Amino acid sequence: MLAKNNASRIRTKLLIKIAETFLNDDIENIDRLPLNLRPKDEDHNRCCVYKDRAIIKYRTMATLGHSIEDETDELKPLSVYAKEALEREEDDKPVLTVIDIACSGCIKAQYMVTNACRGCLAQPCRLNCPKDAITIVNGQAKIDPELCINCGKCKEVCPYHAIIHVPIPCEEACPVNAISKDEDGKEHIDHEKCINCGKCLVSCPFGAIVETSQIIDVIKNIKNKDKKMVAMLAPAIVGQFPGTIKNMATALKKLGFNKVVEVASGADITTNKEAEEFVENMKKGQEFMTTSCCPAYVNAVNKHIPELKPFVSHTETPMYYTAEMVKDEDPNATTIFIGPCLAKRVEAQRSNLVDFVLTFEEIGAMLVAKDIMVAECEETEFDTISEASAQGRGFPITGGVAAAVAHKVGDKAEIKVEKIDGLDAVSMKRLKKFAQKGCEGCNIVEVMCCEGGCVAGPRVLALPKKATRQVEKYVDNSEDLK
Amino acid sequence: MEKIKIEICVGTTCFVMGASSIQALEFEIPEDLIGKIEVTESRCMEFCKDHKDGHHKGPFVKINGEVMADATYDKVLDKVRAIIKKKEEN
Repeated sequence: MLAKNNASRIRTKLLIKIAETFLNDDIENIDRLPLNLRPKDEDHNRCCVYKDRAIIKYRTMATLGHSIEDETDELKPLSVYAKEALEREEDDKPVLTVIDIACSGCIKAQYMVTNACRGCLAQPCRLNCPKDAITIVNGQAKIDPELCINCGKCKEVCPYHAIIHVPIPCEEACPVNAISKDEDGKEHIDHEKCINCGKCLVSCPFGAIVETSQIIDVIKNIKNKDKKMVAMLAPAIVGQFPGTIKNMATALKKLGFNKVVEVASGADITTNKEAEEFVENMKKGQEFMTTSCCPAYVNAVNKHIPELKPFVSHTETPMYYTAEMVKDEDPNATTIFIGPCLAKRVEAQRSNLVDFVLTFEEIGAMLVAKDIMVAECEETEFDTISEASAQGRGFPITGGVAAAVAHKVGDKAEIKVEKIDGLDAVSMKRLKKFAQKGCEGCNIVEVMCCEGGCVAGPRVLALPKKATRQVEKYVDNSEDLK
Repeated sequence: MEKIKIEICVGTTCFVMGASSIQALEFEIPEDLIGKIEVTESRCMEFCKDHKDGHHKGPFVKINGEVMADATYDKVLDKVRAIIKKKEEN
């Protein structure tokens, strides 16, 4: 379930403020932003209002597209960062960055003895600990964090449930062990390992992990008006805003986009090519094939399971084909992908076809800043390149991609689907096993990094459950892929 | 007992500010509140336009006609339980 919490609200408020600042050409005042958001006489979230402000400054820095790790001078004002953001042409920053002063440095020992410990005679915790990490001190069990290996046996055997598991949320959420503590106990992302899924940033209760944003770059280009700005809406857009997606098309045009296209059209090309590839692979006797449209999954294969590479479909993603169609029509158009995903940023950095990637949250902040009410906009049709099918529109829900391919394959080959619904340590292991031993009798594996599909991506606005229903309704009202 | 009316504003501002997390009540009502609440959605009620920076006070929810700013799932439930308790005492 998507739960808006205090950390995410602060982020959204700030995003709206930043969008307002740039849309209203008020950049000189950006240095005041932390003060305006945390006035002296109001409540503070952390130890004091000054730390709150310092963290807001770092959040702003990331929203302006800078990595926190790049800071060289603490005194450098936001206005200078803003100026640099407006001058840059290229974006090659890692997508995720950690605000080290916001990171609480969660305790390393993940098992803790609570006061419910009675110091019993049986002492199963002490006797079952494989590392002899538990001693009895002052009538209660005590875990030596240096010896503890976090196996959890003590917790299992305690008759009083006195031992609890205290996770490090970001580390637990990361499917590939890419985030860990540095010598100061603060979390640090290893970008060599990171697949940009965004699970750490969603899980951190302190909001210490943030994304570097391209919102400023997009606003700049919209204001310049010298390029045709084409918004490419991910299929997961359905249900993300009040009103219909036809209202949304108008809202985006009011924001300054010249054209609005549906990435579901590109999804149809993905389906066609992937189905063709599948049939061919089966003829060649390949055991199985996996889908390739989830960029976090593709990153995971490239970085962590290279042995699975030969099985991953070579077909490009819906975003790729949509951008290709847009650029075919107008090579000078600027393409902006709008979706729920952070890994798409990396996919876009690698391609020449997609210029910018915004999240639903970022586009939402821009709409609020411009006071555009989506449901009150009239309905307009998409600037369709080719009408998207039911199958293409079904991509953002788990099972949708495989179903689309199966639909297209028809009776040309027998198709047995397996789904990996969400990447975590367990499913990563399973995928590794697939590469060695095949996928347990199936011949196509659909992989979605986010459990439930893109509708549950890291930067969605709607409840995944509710969005899923709306996507299904949209699919039901669409024509089948021919 | 008359059902307590919860009206969630789903204008763009409130939605971006997190109204969707309160919509969870449309799917699952906590056991103690089953049959006691009625959840509806409303188009922009314009509370965000009442004062400067009003969008920073979203999402707005109306509970039995009373407006709640900065609403969260938990705050809404707390309010509903307080109303029920008061009614039971009377």
